[in-house]
Amino acid sequence: MSHSVSRRFALLAGAGISAFFALRPVRAFGETIRRRLPWSSGLTDRPERPDERPGYIFFSASEAAFIEAALARLIPNDSTGPGAIEANVPRFIDRQLGGPYGAGDHFYLEPPFPKGLPTQGWQAGTPAQVYRAAIPAIDGWSTATRGRAFAALDPASQDEMLKALEDGKAELGSSTDGKAFFALLLQNTIEGYFSDPIYGGNRDMEPWRMIGFPGARYDFRPFVGRFGEAYNLPPVGLLGRPEWRSRG
Amino acid sequence: MAVTRLMPEPIVDVVLVGFGWTGAIMAEALTAAGLNVLAFERGGWRNTPNDFALPFDQDELRYFWRHHLFQNVAHTTLTFRNKPDQLALPMRRLGSFLPGAGVGGGGVHWNGQVWRFLPSDFAARSHNLQRYGANAVNADDMTIQDYPVTYAELEPYYDKFEYLCGVSGKAGNLNGKVEPGGNPFEGARSREYPNPPLQMTYGPTLFALAAESLGYHPFPHPAANMSRAYTNPLGVQLAQCTYCGFCEKFGCGNDSKSSPQTTILPVLMSRPNFTLRTYCEVLKVELTRDRRHATGVSYVDENGALGFQPASIVILSAFMLENVRQLLISGIGVPYDPRTGKGTVGKNYSYQIVSSVNVFYDDKITNPFIGAGALGMIIDDFNGDNFDHTGLGFIGGGYLGALNTGARPIETHPVPDKTPKWGAGFKRAIAANYLKTVPIITHGAVMSHRTNYLDLDPTWRDTLGRPLMRMTFDFTDNEHRMSDFLTDKAAAIGRSMGGREVKETKRSGAYDISPYQTTHTTGGAIMGSDPKSSALNRYLQSWDVPNVFVPGANAFPQNAGYNPMGTVAALSYHCADAIVKQYVKAPGPLVQA
Repeated sequence: MSHSVSRRFALLAGAGISAFFALRPVRAFGETIRRRLPWSSGLTDRPERPDERPGYIFFSASEAAFIEAALARLIPNDSTGPGAIEANVPRFIDRQLGGPYGAGDHFYLEPPFPKGLPTQGWQAGTPAQVYRAAIPAIDGWSTATRGRAFAALDPASQDEMLKALEDGKAELGSSTDGKAFFALLLQNTIEGYFSDPIYGGNRDMEPWRMIGFPGARYDFRPFVGRFGEAYNLPPVGLLGRPEWRSRG
Repeated sequence: MAVTRLMPEPIVDVVLVGFGWTGAIMAEALTAAGLNVLAFERGGWRNTPNDFALPFDQDELRYFWRHHLFQNVAHTTLTFRNKPDQLALPMRRLGSFLPGAGVGGGGVHWNGQVWRFLPSDFAARSHNLQRYGANAVNADDMTIQDYPVTYAELEPYYDKFEYLCGVSGKAGNLNGKVEPGGNPFEGARSREYPNPPLQMTYGPTLFALAAESLGYHPFPHPAANMSRAYTNPLGVQLAQCTYCGFCEKFGCGNDSKSSPQTTILPVLMSRPNFTLRTYCEVLKVELTRDRRHATGVSYVDENGALGFQPASIVILSAFMLENVRQLLISGIGVPYDPRTGKGTVGKNYSYQIVSSVNVFYDDKITNPFIGAGALGMIIDDFNGDNFDHTGLGFIGGGYLGALNTGARPIETHPVPDKTPKWGAGFKRAIAANYLKTVPIITHGAVMSHRTNYLDLDPTWRDTLGRPLMRMTFDFTDNEHRMSDFLTDKAAAIGRSMGGREVKETKRSGAYDISPYQTTHTTGGAIMGSDPKSSALNRYLQSWDVPNVFVPGANAFPQNAGYNPMGTVAALSYHCADAIVKQYVKAPGPLVQA
């Protein structure tokens, strides 16, 4: 039953958004299983292929301007390692919001939506709805208080505004919870920075290299007892390393 | 739209509602005794090569942050509040705990931390009453009770689960004799663990040296992660763990972590007296008009067709929260009322309280990404009643230790105190510290309290139209004092580990449903020796409807300072034994009220 619910939900929530949407559980249908141990030859529940389409599929031009400006402050580029822009995090968030996550495929969305206590967690709609509502509200607040949209401010002013969002001090009107949006934006940014490159961010696994995480290496047995030694292999993703593919 | 009604099915001996760890354990034990068993699972079939194969299982975003193996709250969730006078609101996004969905349940994505409770944990009320007096067990509206079984009675069943799972560990107490290298505080065990401990990593080794120098008793965490290739008593084989660091929240692509799939299903699925139906959700247990006997379960299949499955015995073997909801929806037993203290279903909901300490080094590379779900060094000196609580203002305790469960970087990027949460300073801090940190965790008991309970929500419903569970829960002073005490002990060990900085993260404030803590939710349909104060008897049999059994952590009268699965499994085997040896021969109440 839960599967048919999820299929119906997917069709409703995803209508017209993206061909990305096909959820492909290996065994999509109910079975009566007796005297056998099912498995399917050649079928594995794998993640979607990387979405190589150029540009944004979810963000409008003004939304993209905000996202790029904000992410450049959340994780700026410097000699320590790549910034969120350099790691392609805006594209990661765009693809996430344009897909099942943005449509809230794992969120309970039944009304009503009374305001909750901080300990009661997320009480908003889908992530896509939250971004869509929050960005114009922040730009409106920015224009009203500083005379221009967020993306057009200097970095120090942008940092001040982000801090006000983080602290719940932004005046966005009653329909937008600035603090909750900031927490979501920062979480999604860190996700895009450190998730497998298959999802669009973490370009060339440079964020992984920066901290020393070797990725999907699978077998560390030879290294368990080598206390204090730096691991000696570069990071690897679900699709291997870029040079492996270019060798064909 | 007309609802399709399926033709009545032939009666079975036993129907299982939910097919995770407890479902698989019960099905294996009952089919071995010749009973005809049918299991309903609301999710799909899952196995290693198709559903969490290498290298796809090492995908932090999809499995943890996008909940690929977890219960989907879009269909069914619960509502939550801290206090009875607040409005409970839906948990719209999973966070604090992560129930499973599909065959294997949470047993697919758990860490494999297999513990036994202490002998005194089973007598939490009478033991503390005797040692610390009436105030100790009555403070904060505490409603703790003794278990109706003893550690000694459960020992053979603990042993059975540990051998089924091939637990890697070192005994600390063999038949009453304390063994070097193990946990000297544990109850007596009848034989050594089936596998030696996992190979230890650097961070836990540093922790153990410091703990020992302070006079504590470090030992390897018991792990259902294989230290070597293993064939279990059912003849099912598991492979040696590769320390890839993707256990908790992930399926194991290497068949190195015990799960129903890797320990039971290859044997169970071949038995002619077992049938599994997937994508079928049980709506409720159907009762005779006097509500004293279950006739079977009604269910809905994936096409939305309604069916009825008659059965002689109904076993609720879903995640413990769903077990309690099934009792409430089915009208089995009397719902608990926190004002009067009367009623039993929903009573004594409890949880776990956790905190952490990080030790940061300048000069030591600890490679925290090398890990396994239960790989680490632990001390039990401050668990249960292993220490004198006189004057401390709390009862209970917990273990603390350094675990390398893997350091997936979205979740794990420890930073020193006062580091900004974003910007250039944040990035510098995560880059400088990721490889040079040792995390220490504390894992504490939660006692039961009058106003921590479960009932049905009056407003919100699931996609099948049934009321959601309503959870009312908060930590009380007892838990906060205990957790702060444990955290200070952990920090003291951390300070003797030779690092640059020790950062303490205490568990402060009200319980918050959002951040992940543990999936160790307990209680709500508790076992006891009196039907006035418990929903189940010592065999997990409903006092009210004797052909309904409810194995799961729902049976804990309060939670101990350990991960629950070892005790859940032991209680399940104990229940299965009682069904086979007693109930089948003489159906009816196994304990006279």
